Formats: sequence, structure tokens, C-alpha cells
Amino acid sequence: MALKLKQSEFEVIRDPDKCISCQVCVRQCSNDVHEYDDEEGVVLSDSLKCVGCHRCETLCPTNAIKIKRSESEFKNNANWSAEHIKNIYKQAETGGVILTGMGCDKPYPIYWDHILFNASQVTNPSIDPLREPMEIKTFIGRKPDMIHIKPIKDKQGKILKFENNLAPQLEISLPVLFSAMSYGSISLNAVKSLAKAASEFGTFYNTGEGGLHKDLMIYAKNTIVQVASGRFGVDKNYLNSGAAIEIKIGQGAKPGIGGHLPGEKVDINVSTTRMIPEGSDAISPAPHHDIYSIEDLSQLIYALKEATEYKKPVGVKVSAVHNIAPIASGIVRAGADFISIDGFRGGTGAAPQVIRDNVGIPIELALSSVDLRLREEGIRHKVSLIVAGSIRSSSDVIKAIALGADAVYIGTAALVALGCHLCQKCYTGKCNWGIATQDPYLTKRLNPEIGTRRLINLLNAWSHEIKEMLGGAGINAIESLRGNREHLRGVGLNDKELSILGIKHAGEAW
Amino acid sequence: MKKIYIKEEYCIACRLCEIYCQVEHSKSKKILKAFKKEKDILSRVLVEEVGYNSFAIQCRHCEDAPCVEACISGAMQKNKNTGIVTCDESKCVGCWMCIMACPYGVIKRDLSEKKIASKCDLCSDEEYPVCVKNCPNEALQFKE
Repeated sequence: MALKLKQSEFEVIRDPDKCISCQVCVRQCSNDVHEYDDEEGVVLSDSLKCVGCHRCETLCPTNAIKIKRSESEFKNNANWSAEHIKNIYKQAETGGVILTGMGCDKPYPIYWDHILFNASQVTNPSIDPLREPMEIKTFIGRKPDMIHIKPIKDKQGKILKFENNLAPQLEISLPVLFSAMSYGSISLNAVKSLAKAASEFGTFYNTGEGGLHKDLMIYAKNTIVQVASGRFGVDKNYLNSGAAIEIKIGQGAKPGIGGHLPGEKVDINVSTTRMIPEGSDAISPAPHHDIYSIEDLSQLIYALKEATEYKKPVGVKVSAVHNIAPIASGIVRAGADFISIDGFRGGTGAAPQVIRDNVGIPIELALSSVDLRLREEGIRHKVSLIVAGSIRSSSDVIKAIALGADAVYIGTAALVALGCHLCQKCYTGKCNWGIATQDPYLTKRLNPEIGTRRLINLLNAWSHEIKEMLGGAGINAIESLRGNREHLRGVGLNDKELSILGIKHAGEAW
Repeated sequence: MKKIYIKEEYCIACRLCEIYCQVEHSKSKKILKAFKKEKDILSRVLVEEVGYNSFAIQCRHCEDAPCVEACISGAMQKNKNTGIVTCDESKCVGCWMCIMACPYGVIKRDLSEKKIASKCDLCSDEEYPVCVKNCPNEALQFKE
């Protein structure tokens, strides 16, 4: 047998003075890191197997465990990083594509962290959201080209009547929705948490391409149903169950490539929900085989609108790629009511590392260029923009809105609220937090009641923060901030970046 | 009366309930001291496990408690006000009739000092039983 690099990513440090050998860590680790030695009466740990999910550390009743990054290092080399070397070892051994989970973790610029938000001083009053009304509700869907108002007379006298036939709209109480994460890629308990939180809070969750489980039908009013290239679980009933339909063309973490849910994860429940045989691989092709052009996309959009009698908004989700602005323009013209753009830092349950880390563009630039392009073409009102791909905090939300988004999708942030520790091992199906797994021993670990509570807490916390920031800038409605780039300034950005973002540099005034 | 209800679908078999029960019923009530210095503290809650199914069970404090009826020395009593079934350790003679009678198998033999029957007392000194308070997945609930 050939030699294998034995280098652990983490070191499990156990304080023997604190360890009471209660074996909670042994029982909780799905990677078999901890083992109880009966003869010695001690727990031993094999750091090589540790993925750094911190489950044992979190549950240890005496705080005896610390997970630290392992120190073993290669000779300093600015070109050949440890990651490159280790990946080559792995590939020399297996001959395979390197898989990973969650979003791109490489140090590309994060533009959110180079954008600052404004506040009122002297020349305009700021607003205290605790004492004055503040509106953070918004609507997703196509807006009319023109407002038709007819003055009519009734008993009270002259009133104005709104005469437009409005396209279907989604009302959201905070411009934050839960991203598409399919049942299959995440556990039913995780989907239940998202669905229940969305319905209690007044926002939406997205089925991903995994179909709609029967237990989730009660949350149908807060469900965006997805139609992806695999068409899993799609029929007329499914389309009509949700509040909106999203056609998934691409995903930020893996633009241009499809998906593959291994047969082992397709148990009886996943199989019924996806409408595929139990144990069969669920393969989503890279393209939709009936969409090779904007015209083809238009046909699908209208087919779905026909199937739902024009009562539901139909959107299109695309990854942020180089020519995103003209693509978005085409999608609007194809008849979409909303466009979801997923930046290259967006998460995934499984993607080839080479794709995740090297394909796509940052969402900030994609969003800004799409918003500006659609405005230039005079079609921005025809579509709502939902952006995704690493919205980490309420400040990211507010910056996205000011850059032109109608709302944002959160996926990773929602999972982190459910317990995810970003160990990036979703693809192994051994998620110790009961999120990215179908193993009944592990899925139990996520109690959807706790999950719902934590997600609602997160949304409430962000609502408060967004209201504070809006109030500080003297704005009393989130819709007044949309595309209001004057409230943003860049720091440490070059002229090109500033011009794509459409913002001034910090220090520049009117 | 308030009782402990089991939600077995969320029991993750970590056995933290057992650990905290042991601490609560130790002399020191301190986790490190209880486990390092004190010997053989019995947990009054038991986690039953078969495959991935598991649940934590402790005395149900039955309405018509068979253990009270079976007790030959009058040690096992159901408090009329609180409804809690407790074993008066000074009266217990260790005949184990309660263990024979208990339909849930939640009474244990405590042989550490004098032979006595050990069972859940619902942590009557605390606001919540410690097993409920420390269950990381809320698989145990204390309610009416």
C-alpha cells in the first residue's frame, strides 16, 4: 500500500483534568473521532478524522474539549500553498474530482466590507424606529409600466381609483427570504424549520429542486417552488401549491454544472417527494435540455404561467457570471417576474472545489451591473431582483438593497442559525448537526421547533438592525432605499470597481 | 401536576440528562467533583436505545403508583399535594418490591451505602428537573 499523507486539519485537545469520560463526545461524533477505552477508563481522540464541526466541543458538559487548527506545516512557499499540495496528494491517490461543500472560502475581495452606509447629520433628520413608524415590508413581482388612476365620485365625494391590473406579487415583511435548499440536500427537519419560520415571520422559503414533501403542504402559502433541470417532483399540483415558481438555471457555487444526489440518500421519503425510484441517483443535468436560448426560457416561463393561470409570479434563478447584465435583460424580456442572482460565494451541498472556487463573479458587482443595465434599458420595474451568495448580516442586506436589490436570499446564514459550523463536509452526508444528512440517527438532532425559533430570532434581530440603520439615514421605508446608491460610499476600491458599483468613494460629497 | 413528557423523535442519545441527573444527586452537586471524587452515583433517568431510536425515561409519577402499593415498609409514598412519588430512604429496607412492580423499569438499586431504591424525585428543589433543563434538543419537556 502506497504512503498516504497523514496530516490532520484539526487537533482535538482534551483537558484530562476536566474530562469525566461521560462519552457524550463519543456518542455525538459521526466521524468516529472519539473512542472510549474501557480498560483505561479514558476517552481517546483521533484528530485525523476531525472535520472541525465543533459538535463535541459544544455538547461537552465540562468544557474539556477544544478544537484547534493543526500546526503541521509545509515549507513556506508563496506559490505552492498547503492546499495545492494536499489536493495533488489526494488526486494522485484517488484520480477523482475534489468535492467540497458550502460557499467559496478563498480570499477574493468581499465588496460588502468595502462599502459604507450613510447617516443623517444636521441637514436632514434621522428617525428613531422605536418611536416612529418604519416600513420594511416589500413586494416581489412585476410592477406596472404606468399607473392608471381614474377619479370617480362616491358618497364621500371625489376619490381616486387605481385601475391597473397588477401582476401577482409576493408580500414579504422583511426583504429577506430563505434560499433554495432541497429536501435531500438538507434534512426534512431543516426544511421544516425554514418553512415554519417563513410562515410565522411572513417571508418565503424555497423548495430547491427537491419537490414538496407532504408534511410541508401546510406552509404552501410561504413556499417558492423550484423547477430545475432535473424537474424532480414537478407536476401541476406542485406548481399550484406554492406562492411563486422559480426556474433554476444555475447556482452560484457551481455555475454551469448540474447536481447529483447519490442514490444512498434517496430513501423512501426523498424518493416519493422527488417522484423517482428509491435508491436511484437523482441527477440534475447541467442545462435544461429544453432551454438553449432566451426564447426557449420564455416558453417555459409562459408554460408555467399557463399551468398556474397567471396567478403566481414566475422567476428565474441564475448564477452571477461574466455577462450577467445582458442575461438578466434577456430574462426580463422573456417574461420573468423576478430574477434571483446567486453570487460566486453562494453555498452548496456538494460541488467540485475547482468550480466553487474559480467560477462566477461576486454578487455585489453582478447586482450593481444588472440594476444599472435594467435601468438604462427602462425595464427595471418589470422585474424584482433577489440577490444571494453570501449575505452574512443585516448590513449586507441594507447595502444590497441600496445597490438595487428588492430582496435577498439567505441560505448559509439560515443554516448557521440552525447550528451549521461551516465545516464544508455537507457532501459526506455525515452532518453532525442534523442539517446536511438523511441519516435518521443524525437528522433527529435538529428539532424543528428550536430551529424555527432560532430563525425567527435571527430575522427579528436583522429587522431591528435594518430599522436602526434606515432610521439613522433618515429613511422610513425600505423601498425608498432601493437603488439609492447615494447612501453608499466605497473604501479601498479602485475607479473601475467604484464605477461598476455606481458609488462614490468615501470622502467624495455632492 | 407538572410531569416530564418525552419527545422520542428528538432524543439524540447524548445522555446528558443522565449526566446532569447524576450531578444533581451527588453530594457536591459539582460536575467535576461528582465524577472525579464521588463513586457510583446513580442516574435516575435512563436513556433507552435501539438502533437510532432512543428516549430518556424516568419515573412517571403514576396516578395509581404500583410501587407505592407494593412497598412493604411505607417508604415509597405519593405526596398528595405535589403528586410526586418519592422513596423515604430512612424507611426503605431494600426488598425491591417496587422494582418488581414498576411497569416502566425506572427504579434502580442503589447499593452504594445502605440498600435503597433510587428513583426520580422530579428535582423538587429546582424550578425544572435538571434532565429537562439540560436536554440540548428539548426532547424532554416539563409541563402540565
